[in-house]
Amino acid sequence: MTIGLGLSQRETGILDSIPEPVVIVDNQRAVVAVNTAAGREIGVGYAGRALALSLRHPVALAAVDDVLSRGVSRSVEVTFRTPTQRTYAMLAAPLQSATGTASEGAVLVFHDVTSERRAQQMRADFVANASHELRSPLSAIVGFIETLRGPAKDDAAARARFLDVMAQEAARMTKLVEDLLSLSAIEADKHVAPQGKVEVARLLQRVTEALQGRAEARSVRMSVELRDAVPDVAGDADQLAQVFRNLIENAINYGRPDTDVRVTARAVDRVGETTRSGVAITVEDEGEGIAPDHIPRLTERFYRVDPGRSRKLGGTGLGLAIVKHILNRHRGRLSIASDVGRGSRFTVTLPAA
Amino acid sequence: MAQQHIVKAFDDQLNQLDAKIAEMGGLAESMLADAIDALSKRDADLAAEVVAGDRKLDTLENDVNSLALRLLALRQPMAEDLRTVLAALKISSDLERAGDLAKNVAKRAITIAKTPPLAPVTGIANLGALVQSRIKTTIDAYVARDAKLALDVWSSDEEVDQLHTSLFRELLTYMMEDPRNITPCAHLLFVAKNIERIGDHVTNIAERVVFLVRGRLPERERHKEDESSSTEVRPFKKDA
Repeated sequence: MTIGLGLSQRETGILDSIPEPVVIVDNQRAVVAVNTAAGREIGVGYAGRALALSLRHPVALAAVDDVLSRGVSRSVEVTFRTPTQRTYAMLAAPLQSATGTASEGAVLVFHDVTSERRAQQMRADFVANASHELRSPLSAIVGFIETLRGPAKDDAAARARFLDVMAQEAARMTKLVEDLLSLSAIEADKHVAPQGKVEVARLLQRVTEALQGRAEARSVRMSVELRDAVPDVAGDADQLAQVFRNLIENAINYGRPDTDVRVTARAVDRVGETTRSGVAITVEDEGEGIAPDHIPRLTERFYRVDPGRSRKLGGTGLGLAIVKHILNRHRGRLSIASDVGRGSRFTVTLPAA
Repeated sequence: MAQQHIVKAFDDQLNQLDAKIAEMGGLAESMLADAIDALSKRDADLAAEVVAGDRKLDTLENDVNSLALRLLALRQPMAEDLRTVLAALKISSDLERAGDLAKNVAKRAITIAKTPPLAPVTGIANLGALVQSRIKTTIDAYVARDAKLALDVWSSDEEVDQLHTSLFRELLTYMMEDPRNITPCAHLLFVAKNIERIGDHVTNIAERVVFLVRGRLPERERHKEDESSSTEVRPFKKDA
């Protein structure tokens, strides 16, 4: 409820119906009224007493002083850092008295711009990360070219070895560029609902066949099991194939040799919090498992539990980010469970067609 | 304030004292946060702003001093009122010191911005965020006259000390790894120390708040966790 001094019930009602924090101060910078949102979101209180008791940010106070002394409007950005960081655009405007002459105080309106700021930051971080990821294979290749032109010019053995490494690094860059492109393609279509129907058994068979070689190389056994008569799912066959390719490939890469990777599909009554029925497909490995503190961050771009190992296995750090984006577009869900030392379970739930 | 005085001006002056202290707390908090931001973003302009902000803090401290002096001289406050005035004097001087230390962090941020980026800056940012939230909680406790909240801050400063000790170790390791790291790391050592000292001032303030509300200082002997004065990292010795 609005805490207001000398305001009518109607006036406090109006203030409370404004969803953004609103604070009114008098010309001595004492709080006259605070609406519900201001109390809840920015913790302003102490009606009748100084604004500085609860709104202590120096930028905000300086703007209020400016409004009170000069009678002009001011707009500033105020960041509250605790308990979680939130940034508001604060508009402070002079409050005219009934006679319309002197300024009676000021009205402060706060507009939350936290998510805009966070999005800007993420974009900047993404560009920095992607460039960094591209640079490391590139600098390896450039280094080897220099060596091949100089010291190793006539050394046939070194040449063969260096060319192998260069091919590997070039493949890594290619994979990264492909992943980045497919991420941006998925994002471009994010709001377009996928067309088509996919038969789960065929989808999983197609993916596991393509990965058979990789599994044999790491002596991992793959099995696919359909628990019930599962319905077809709604979606884009190629994108869904990419989801399971990434998940099963991870399971093969991070599973221990001579263990199983089990893929099971079963029908479910509801997908996530929706009322739609669908299919849950679980990819289970018998690897080392993932510590709980990593699990919430696994789908972040370029997040790696062990950067060295990921690089050695040819990972780009984008696989699960791609999975998450494809599933978002398909209104699907991804849940991750893991026992450290025993293995991990990635479960994808997709709505039925 | 629990009771109102017959002379309204007395209440007004006590109120003003609270407002000034709260404003100083907000300024000190934001100076520390900006100094840390300047350090992690290598933003020399922001650091220069922090250095300039210190003057405002000094002005506020003077305001508190003259207000307190006037209250003492004209109103001869007693009991809780007297404790309010004494607390304001002490707290404002702690906050002013905290601001000086934040200013020093900002000055070092300007120098550090000229050297290559270093990993321990993240650890420093964590320490800074922790101390900053402790300033906020303590001033909240002061404004609300909440002795319990102040006691929470007062009795939990080990966390700051532990973080400081581990940063100290980390910085020593960086310096041994590569002599080129010594200049920035030496500055970062002082930065970490300054933040830790701001933490000590905050603990003092929390103690003052408890005294202000209860009329006696908190008792239990606090646990001392800062071991950096006895930390030794040995070079050239590969032990297990």
